[in-house]
Amino acid sequence: MAEMDTSGGGGHKKGPGVKKAKKLSTRVDLTPMVDLGFLLITFFVFTTTISQPTAMHLGLPDDKVKPEDQNKIKQSGALTILLGKDNNVFYYEGELLPDGSNFKATNFKNIRDEIIRKKQQADTNLVVVIKPNDESTYKNFIDILDEMSINVVKRYAVVDISPVEDRYIRQTQGEPVEETK
Amino acid sequence: MSRPKIARKSTIVDMTAMCDVAFLILSFFILTTKPKPSEAVPIQTPKSVANKTVPDKNAIMISLNNEGHVYLSVSDDAEDRDKKKGMLEDINKSNNLGLTPDEIAALVKQPFIGTPLAQLKQQAHLQISQISSKNLPGIPAQDTTNNQMIEWIRAAAAAYEGSHLDLILKGDNVAKYPVFKNILTAFKKNEQFKFQMVTNQANVPQGTDLYKQNINSKAAAL
Repeated sequence: MAEMDTSGGGGHKKGPGVKKAKKLSTRVDLTPMVDLGFLLITFFVFTTTISQPTAMHLGLPDDKVKPEDQNKIKQSGALTILLGKDNNVFYYEGELLPDGSNFKATNFKNIRDEIIRKKQQADTNLVVVIKPNDESTYKNFIDILDEMSINVVKRYAVVDISPVEDRYIRQTQGEPVEETK
Repeated sequence: MSRPKIARKSTIVDMTAMCDVAFLILSFFILTTKPKPSEAVPIQTPKSVANKTVPDKNAIMISLNNEGHVYLSVSDDAEDRDKKKGMLEDINKSNNLGLTPDEIAALVKQPFIGTPLAQLKQQAHLQISQISSKNLPGIPAQDTTNNQMIEWIRAAAAAYEGSHLDLILKGDNVAKYPVFKNILTAFKKNEQFKFQMVTNQANVPQGTDLYKQNINSKAAAL
């Protein structure tokens, strides 16, 4: 290839001139081929990654199990995560205090640190209770389940939200509170 | 004089190799990409670190779109078509819908079910090209009093009795939680306690417990 650049202005007019033209044309042909190759590679890579959805497995508990057979949660190891609207996340440890002083607001970025901290503190007693409210989205729910698998939380439960907790969420989000629920 | 001839030959050989590579990539790409399954319900699925693939046989997919409408589809396989027929016959009988065998056959061919039970007869008369989430209102599951998903899951469980059934839930990012909860209720009432949720794969964040666990298991495998 380097030979192509050596175009000496020679005394021969016919001989070197013909050779030059032929060599240049082959060189030009290569570029679109390379372009095409890369175009196909990128296209192929993009389409294959998109068309492979994965599945997250979830087992549901049986509601018919008698209350005495159900496992009781140790309050020291409990972390309750509440999901509100606009990707808001709230949490409290143990039981919700009557004055709501341990009810804290956070977001999806910071909840992981909280789970990790609680996991180290509670060790084997850790149980995460997830309570999505009516305004949370499906994405929020998947995200929080994903956090469970990211942080290897073995025991977690999805529980219906209580009216008291829902009211706290609404208050924190600055919405009018409906007393009838 | 012999040297320039060799140089010319070498450029020609380069071209064929390039051509080979291009066609190789092209053929590989054509073979690997599956024709997109009839996706009449556009859904943006959330991301998760789950890495198991979605089964494409013996599966019932429940799609939950961004407006909270629910659609039910059965995987496209000869065996599954029979089951879908069984499901529809069951639904027809238990709800007195009065569907004719022709209407049931038409519904089996359609990619998904997306109407309340009472309007199933109308859906049977639609062309396949008309079947999309724009034209169909979805199966009612918005409120707990009229949750028809319970009926559908019951029929599905009955049709797949004795064989393996995967329940797949495909929800949109912005779908609200209550509808999702009603679908869960439908699963629970029919004692279907295991199901899968479709997600797009995301990488495990570095430094987390799962990340460490994956590295350890890889090290153990080596």
